[in-house]
Amino acid sequence: MRLDLGAIAKAGTSKANQTGGWRNFKPIFHQKKCNSCDLCRIYCPEGCVTMIEKKKYTVDYAYCKGCGICAEECSSSDIEMVVEEK
Amino acid sequence: MTTTTLAAPKEQSCQTLLASGHTACTGCGEALAAKLVLGAAGPNIIVTDATGCLEVFTTRFPQSSWEVPFIHSLFENSAAVASGVEVALKALGRQNEAKVIAQGGDGGTADIGLQALSGMLERGHDILYVCYDNEAYMNTGVQRSGLTPFDCMTTTSPCGELSWGNKHNKKDMPSIAAAHGIPYVATASVAFPKDIENKVKKALSITGPKYMQIHSPCPLGWRSNPQLTIKVAKLAVQTGLYPVFEMENGKVTKVRKITTPKTPVEEYLKIQGRFAHLFKSPKGKEEIQKIQEIADRNIEKYGLA
Ligand SMILES: Cc1ncc(C[n+]2csc(CCOP(=O)(O)OP(=O)(O)O)c2C)c(N)n1
Ligand code: SF4
Ligand code: SF4
Ligand SMILES: [Mg+2]
Repeated sequence: MRLDLGAIAKAGTSKANQTGGWRNFKPIFHQKKCNSCDLCRIYCPEGCVTMIEKKKYTVDYAYCKGCGICAEECSSSDIEMVVEEK
Repeated sequence: MTTTTLAAPKEQSCQTLLASGHTACTGCGEALAAKLVLGAAGPNIIVTDATGCLEVFTTRFPQSSWEVPFIHSLFENSAAVASGVEVALKALGRQNEAKVIAQGGDGGTADIGLQALSGMLERGHDILYVCYDNEAYMNTGVQRSGLTPFDCMTTTSPCGELSWGNKHNKKDMPSIAAAHGIPYVATASVAFPKDIENKVKKALSITGPKYMQIHSPCPLGWRSNPQLTIKVAKLAVQTGLYPVFEMENGKVTKVRKITTPKTPVEEYLKIQGRFAHLFKSPKGKEEIQKIQEIADRNIEKYGLA
């Protein structure tokens, strides 16, 4: 009897799965009062916030599920959650 | 024989070692905790993971969110599989190429996986075991585990006329791990990422078995607002209900102090549906007082104030 042990998946391939479609609310990064505390990037469970340069952050909306953690934790209240229009 | 390199590719196609596109619920504390652990550990690791939410939401076959070598074991044997990986690396003389990290949920760690974990600790494997503590069996629909807190409502510890929820106290898993005579035990919380980073790095610098338990809110099972995941986690620590500390060679060597005056446990309980029943009748006050006493005992025991 032939027994295939387990199954193998390639590293990081979940990126094919665009979870942004789950979103009901969308974080808008105003980038007006940002002090580069970095909390939005650190706390995002999706790992979809990136720092481009000091005081400049970008969200990959392809994956952002709109949890609102970044907006809640932003130390300068510079992120706003708005209803997602689809 | 061909040998494959164990390390993840140098050119990371990702910004985090836990890739986006995983299917954790919105605002999942466990997804955040795993991202932080991997980020602190770096790419030269081999990880195992017991069955549970983390495994399910990162390995929707044929996809995987892991950017490092990863093995899904069974529910009960993450520590045993990691032990095998560790001795295999030694047998091949390749133990300097990667550190081994075993992972499991609270059910997979403190209940069904406890025997495998105990064996791993007893045999002295050079492994960091990380327990993602969301305080119930979340992946199968919120059943109570040994790490579910007192009076918490779960589907197997329902509240009602005859019950306030979970009758038992949270198992003191860090002490159980420490009782094996291992060099390093730590608790942590997703609310304090820098602390997680420091502890993971410190643990990986120590040879031998290490145990780390990270408090990871589950908005689904805790019936909390996903946006408040960090707030909830912070309150667990500030009230004294989730003491954050380090134990080296069996002794508590460092604690995260709480801000005084202490925050009453109500502040933590009232923002979670799993404790909502405690606020619905006057008798619930007595139960909240019992939970306050648990927090006070922690504050006293670990010198948190
Ligand atoms: C031997 C065995 N029993 C039961 C299950 C079903 N099962 C899968 S995950 C899970 C719960 C996991 O709970 P926990 O370890 O706390 O992880 P969480 O999902 O909460 O992160 C259960 C009971 C299983 N896979 N194997
Ligand atoms: S809303 Fe949530 S998922 Fe989206 S960027 Fe903010 S923290 Fe990340
Ligand atoms: S059930 Fe809880 S632990 Fe599981 S993915 Fe959802 S939020 Fe995370
Ligand atoms: Mg759990």
